[in-house]
Amino acid sequence: MSEMKNELEPLSDPGLPEHVHRKSDVDPLAAKKAERQVSILFLFSAIGTVLFIYSYIWIPREQLIFLPIFGTTNAHQLFLGLGLAMALFFIGMGAVHWAKTLMPDHEVVDIRKEQRSKDEDRAAFVATVKDGAAQAALGRRPLIKRTLGLALGLVGLSPILFLRDLGPLPGNDLNETNWKAGTRLVTDPGDRPIRPSDLEVGGVAQVQPEFPIGKVRHLDDIAQDSVLLIRIRPEEFNLDAERLSWTYEGIIAFSKICSHMGCAVALYEQTTKHLLCPCHQSTFDVTRAAKVIFGPSARPLPQLAITVDAEGYLVAKAPFNEAVGPSFWGRDS
Amino acid sequence: MSARERVAGGTANFLDERTGAAKWMKKTLTKVFPDHWSFMLGEIVMYSFVILLLSGTFLTFWFDPSMREVEYEGSYEPLNGVKMSAAYASALHISFDVRGGLLMRQIHHWAALIFMAAMVVHMMRVFFTGAFRKPRELNWIIGVALLTLGIVEGFLGYSLPDDLLSGTGIRIAEAIIQAIPVVGSYLSYFIFGGAFPGELFIQRIYAVHILLIPGIMLALITAHLMLVWYQKHTQYPGPGRTEKNVVGYPLMPVYMAKAGGFFFIVFGVTAFLGAVAQINPIWIFGPYNPGQIGAGSQPDWYMGWLDGLVRAAPPIETHAFGITISWNILIPGLIIPGIIFTLMAFYPFIEQWMTGDKREHHLLDRPRNNPNRTAIGAMSLTFALVALINGGNDLLATHFDLSINQIMWFSRIGLIVLPPIAFVITKRICLSLQRADREKVLHGRETGRLVMLPHGEFIEVHEPLSPEKAYLLSSHEQLPALEIGEADENGVANPQGIKGKVRARMSRASQEQISKPTSQDMLELEDGHH
Repeated sequence: MSEMKNELEPLSDPGLPEHVHRKSDVDPLAAKKAERQVSILFLFSAIGTVLFIYSYIWIPREQLIFLPIFGTTNAHQLFLGLGLAMALFFIGMGAVHWAKTLMPDHEVVDIRKEQRSKDEDRAAFVATVKDGAAQAALGRRPLIKRTLGLALGLVGLSPILFLRDLGPLPGNDLNETNWKAGTRLVTDPGDRPIRPSDLEVGGVAQVQPEFPIGKVRHLDDIAQDSVLLIRIRPEEFNLDAERLSWTYEGIIAFSKICSHMGCAVALYEQTTKHLLCPCHQSTFDVTRAAKVIFGPSARPLPQLAITVDAEGYLVAKAPFNEAVGPSFWGRDS
Repeated sequence: MSARERVAGGTANFLDERTGAAKWMKKTLTKVFPDHWSFMLGEIVMYSFVILLLSGTFLTFWFDPSMREVEYEGSYEPLNGVKMSAAYASALHISFDVRGGLLMRQIHHWAALIFMAAMVVHMMRVFFTGAFRKPRELNWIIGVALLTLGIVEGFLGYSLPDDLLSGTGIRIAEAIIQAIPVVGSYLSYFIFGGAFPGELFIQRIYAVHILLIPGIMLALITAHLMLVWYQKHTQYPGPGRTEKNVVGYPLMPVYMAKAGGFFFIVFGVTAFLGAVAQINPIWIFGPYNPGQIGAGSQPDWYMGWLDGLVRAAPPIETHAFGITISWNILIPGLIIPGIIFTLMAFYPFIEQWMTGDKREHHLLDRPRNNPNRTAIGAMSLTFALVALINGGNDLLATHFDLSINQIMWFSRIGLIVLPPIAFVITKRICLSLQRADREKVLHGRETGRLVMLPHGEFIEVHEPLSPEKAYLLSSHEQLPALEIGEADENGVANPQGIKGKVRARMSRASQEQISKPTSQDMLELEDGHH
């Protein structure tokens, strides 16, 4: 059985435990030792700053050094950082050690008071507010109240109006790309037109629409126009007649901008003929017109109808028949 | 009087005669702070914020927030001659041609990760110990606002260098904005100044990143600290500590030295990480181009759970009447985070409603003594953790040779099934710990010493607890559940209807406890002895 003491009352507060003196409080030698330890810590910091200055001036900026685990790294930056880290860290250690060993460690008790104000203060506050409101006499002058309300309401509109010129309205922008019927496919990078024979079976190429001379290709264009060409054996397609007519000798073209959140769908697995978006792993089956077979995307990648022109170069047969990229409210398909 | 005392006295006199600060300072310098390691978590948040301001200011001296196209000429050979934005070129310049620039960039990024991590752990401390209870609800809400702003601020920060990875993150953010019903594409065109990516967003998010959000955060942190100061810090329960007092060390000199020293320690550790641990090597990614991408694209960890939710979303979109609603983006990207942060902000009031306890609390709870709250915390963390795991599903798949399909289904099911399981398990553990506490107070600590009694029986010797320990284990308050019956004694249905029923249920669940030993128990035990 337990040997519980009779005096023990579990619910009574025994009060703060008695203060235990530290060695440095009673033994001057221990205190002296603690003082030395603190000083040594501060000295380490000083050495750190010296290392920092040395590294800043004398270690060449291109000097490389091998660090186990972390690999090869720039020695200049490394020792600058180590010096800085040492300089700061040991000031902190010194201060904390000082506080713990030599500063008073007597716990102090302070009394709390309730946050709530005294009742008479609250009453006085309410009276002041009512009195102030009465002096302003807003209630007795409805004309002022209403016109002020109108003025404040209207003035709140101006900041919103100010923001109008942040950008143009989207208009039909999101539904359109630079692809038109007859636009040549050009390599990205390189801007060279391509013939079907340039792409072998199993090959992939990124293309952009050819721009007239003088027109500059911006990132906004690339964000909408990027197209991925993939060539497989024609008999591997599993497409309806219309979609099949959009391909050319086994070459099929999809928008490279993911139909989920607009990342570039860049990973093509040749054996499975799957296209994978590295952002959220939406996976599209190339043989079935980029049908979504995995991941969060809800739509296939838009397919671009292609053919060849009189000179034998690949061209778009028609613009995209739907908006490319991520969905938006007004997207109608 | 020594010369030093004369100067100090003169300065103090000068200031006091102009500000009357002596009285306030006297009180301030002797202000008492309770001591506990977990109270340093909030300090880490504040110090890393200061480090972010300092290192960030350094970076602004060279960073050029412009998307003007330039040709890179600098020390990093592989990118020489490559066309890129001035922002990316200047970030490369800081990394390779400014002495200490790479170090400072890495310190800035590490400090941001530490800032967010410390904030999350600090909030966990506050949550599990019930420090958010009245009168500190406002400070909890400020904390939730800071966490939200911190996530946005961090995201904008790593988007600034305009490398391929950061541009990909911005692209995803744009898709979320574009998915907002009715106004999405308009908002996107306003934010980006036209079609994505345009030529303006770097300078715009730069203004928001270095001025707007840090300014708001600074104001909120100031308000947060003023409230901590004014309301006095909470303290853990124990002998001599009550709701009416605060036990600890005075600000001067002990806390000044400890807290001031701790700032340098945090800064030192951050500098060490910045020196040895490479983070966000932008030069490897190359400049942003919307037609390109790197494999294994990952956000920073505090965005990872959001990305994980997006990755787990089923592919659902609604097309009707010429419009599209992308549930696969809206639900994980806006609706679930919105619900989570709203519930989090209002949790103090939800708990008050469940328990009916609207009194002030300054003594912290031991997590086991509030099993329901602790279980809710564990449940929420489990949800976030599963989402975070799914955010790294591609890396998990490649590193551990798993199929991405399996990980996704694990996450989809796990997000729904695991949090309730965590709730139940945590609650049971808490109740078991309460039972153990009760046993210890009533029968003492098990010593592991076996003794054979004269008649051959073996018993284990129990040692009584010290009065301090016994007090700690039995001093907590156990409130009864609210008495809202579904019908009163006359059979009249509860006038509050469904709401009352739900509240009664929740109240019963939140007050499920193992009753602690009472003085009655102790007396009976003693009677048994004699």
